[in-house]
Amino acid sequence: MKYLFAGLLALMLTACAPTAPRNTGVYLLLDTSGTYSEELQKAQSIILFALSRLQPTDTFAVARIDTASFSEKDIIAKATFDDRPSAANNQKRAFSAQIKSFVQLSKPATHTDITGGVLQAIEFLNEKNSGRKIILIFSDMEEDLEKGYIRDIPLNLKGFEVVALNVTKLRSDNVDPREYLSRVDAWRDRVEKAGGRWRMVNDLERLDGLL
Amino acid sequence: MFIAAILGITPWPIVSAIIVFVLMVVVLFFARHTAHQAIRTATNAIARGLRLASHSVANGEKRLAARNRDVLLSAGREAKERIVEREFDRISDGVRKDLTNYPTLHRALSESIKHIEENHQHAVDVPPEAPGWVRAVDAVAKLDSKNGGSTDILADIHKSMIKAHKEAMDAYREASGERHALLHKMMPEWRAIKEALDRVQASVDSLLKRSDVVDRHMQEYEDIVRGQDRAVSTLSSSSVVQFFVAGLVLLIAIGGAAINFSLIARPMSEMVGGTSYIGTFRTSDVAALVIIMVEVSMGLFLMESLRITRLFPVIAALPDRMRIRMVWITFTMLTLLASVEAGLAYMREVLLQDELATGALLRGATEGGLQNEYLWITTVAQMGMGFILPFALTFVAIPFETFVHSSRTVLGLCGIGFMRALAMLLRVLSNGFRHLGTLLERIYDLPLFVPLWLEARAKAAAESDRSREVVPTSEAQV
Repeated sequence: MKYLFAGLLALMLTACAPTAPRNTGVYLLLDTSGTYSEELQKAQSIILFALSRLQPTDTFAVARIDTASFSEKDIIAKATFDDRPSAANNQKRAFSAQIKSFVQLSKPATHTDITGGVLQAIEFLNEKNSGRKIILIFSDMEEDLEKGYIRDIPLNLKGFEVVALNVTKLRSDNVDPREYLSRVDAWRDRVEKAGGRWRMVNDLERLDGLL
Repeated sequence: MFIAAILGITPWPIVSAIIVFVLMVVVLFFARHTAHQAIRTATNAIARGLRLASHSVANGEKRLAARNRDVLLSAGREAKERIVEREFDRISDGVRKDLTNYPTLHRALSESIKHIEENHQHAVDVPPEAPGWVRAVDAVAKLDSKNGGSTDILADIHKSMIKAHKEAMDAYREASGERHALLHKMMPEWRAIKEALDRVQASVDSLLKRSDVVDRHMQEYEDIVRGQDRAVSTLSSSSVVQFFVAGLVLLIAIGGAAINFSLIARPMSEMVGGTSYIGTFRTSDVAALVIIMVEVSMGLFLMESLRITRLFPVIAALPDRMRIRMVWITFTMLTLLASVEAGLAYMREVLLQDELATGALLRGATEGGLQNEYLWITTVAQMGMGFILPFALTFVAIPFETFVHSSRTVLGLCGIGFMRALAMLLRVLSNGFRHLGTLLERIYDLPLFVPLWLEARAKAAAESDRSREVVPTSEAQV
C-alpha cells in the first residue's frame, strides 16, 4: 500500500512537472544594404511562408540589417502568437501587413552589420526562451562595417540554428568564386564554433524543410 | 593456461593427456555410484517439482473451469429469467388487453345474437290461410244445375275467389319480402360475429404461440438450473459469439467517438489554448476526450436508468420516482452536451474558414478564403453530427454491457486453455527431465567403458567361480 501511494504520488508529480518549452522562435534578418535591397520582394514571400508555418505561442521577429543592427529599433515586426488559433491568425494578418508596408517603404542602408543583427537575434530569442531557436539571415553574407564599429565579438549560438537564405553571388564572386566560397565557409565556421548549427538555402522555391 | 599446465606434466603432451585421461577415468569410475545418485536425485527432483507444478496448474484449471461454468450458468440463468419475464409481460399485456375487451365483445356478440333471434322470429314463414268457404262452394256445386241460380252464384264465387287469391298472394309476397329483408339485415350481424370470433381466435393463437415460446425458454432455463452440459456448451458458444459481436460494435462506436473527437478537438483549443500540455498530451485534446467520456458516461447512466442495461445495481435498485428523475437529469445533461458539441462543431468550421483565409492571404492570394455559397451545408452537417453523435454514443451502453459480461467467460475460457497448455508443457518437461537423468548417467558412463567392461568381466568370472563351487558341494550332498 505504501509503495502504491508513493507510485501514485510520483506519477502525479511527474504529470504536474513543467514540461520543456515546445514553441519555436524565429528571428529573420533582412539585408537592406545596397543592391541587395532589391531582393526584399523575395524576403516577403519567405516571411509569409514562415507565418503560415508558425503555430500559436511561437515567436517571430523580422529585423533589418543596416549600418548598426544591434538595436531593437531595427526590428520591423515582432509577435508572439496567441494561444488561441483565431487570435494567432489575426496577429499573422497584422504582421503580414506590417511587412508589406516595410517592403514598400524601405530605403537601402549604406553598410551591412550582420554580426550586430545576429547578436540582437540571440538576445531576443534567449529572452523569449523558445524551445527551438532559429535565426534566418536573408543576405549575401558580405559584412561591411562602418569604421569604428567593433563586431569581433564571440557569439554564443548554442542551441541555435542559423540558416542563410538567398546568399547571392556578388559581381566580384563571379570573377573569383573563391571569394564566395570562403565567405560562406567563414560564416559556417563562425556559427559552428559558436555552438550553432549552420544551413544554407538558396532555392527559395523549396522552403519545405526550412521550419 | 590450465590445459597447458596439465599437458606439461610430462615432456610429451600426448603422454600427459593419456595420463590425465586415465586418471580421470579412474576417478570417475570410483565416483560413479555417487555421481549417478547425484544426477538421478537432481533430475528426479526437478521432474517431481515440474510434475507437482503441472498438477497444481491442472487443479487451478479445474477450479477456473468450475468457476467459469458457474459464471456461465449464472449469466445464462439471468438472461433466461429476463427473457421469460419479458414473455410473461407480453402474455400479461395480451391477456389484459383481450380481457379488457371481453365484456364489450361479449355484449356485442349477445346483441348480435339477440338481433338475429328477433329477426329470425320475424322471418318465420306463415302459410296463407285456406279460405273457409271452400266447403260452401262444394255444397253449391252439388246443387242442381237446372236450377239456374247456382250458375250466377258460382260465377260470383269464382270472381270472389280469384280476388281473394290475388289478395292472399299479394299479402304472401309482401310477407316474404319482409322476411327476406329481415334475413338480409342478419348478414352484418353474422359478419360482426365472425370478425369477433376471428379476433378471439387470433388472440388465442398468439397466446398459444407465446406459451410455446415460454415452454421452450422454461425448458432451457431448467436445463441451465440443472447445470446440464448441453446448456453449458450452448451458453459458452453463445458467449463467445456475443463477445465478438459486441467487440465489433464497440469498435464501430470507437470510430464514431474518434470522429466526434476530431469535430471538437480543434475548437477546444480556442477555449483551453492550443499549446498547453498535460504530460505529453495537448490540453485541448484531453478536454475534448473528457467531454466525449462524460457523454458516454451519461449515456450509460441513461440506459441504466431506463433499465435497458444492468451494469450498476445501485441505479437499478433506486425507487421508480428517483429513477425517472435520473432519466430526465441524464437526458438533459446529454442534450446540453450535445448542444455544446454542435456549437463547437460550428466553431470548428468558423476557425477553419479563418485559417483558410489567413493561409490564402499569406500565400499572396488577393481574395482571402473560400467564396462558396454552399459552405453552409458543411457547417450544418458538422453541427448535426456534433448534436447526433452524443446520442448515438448513448447506445454504446448495450454492446458494452454484453462485452463486459461475455468477456468474463471468454477470458475464463482463454485462461482455461492457457492453463491446460501450461500443465501439459510442465508434464512434458517433467518427463523430459526424468529421461535426461538417464541420458546423463549413460553419458557419464561413456568414457568409462573400459573399466566397466573389465568390471563386468570380473563379475562374470566371479559368478562362474561361485557357481563352480556350488555345484561340487551339491554333488557331494547328493
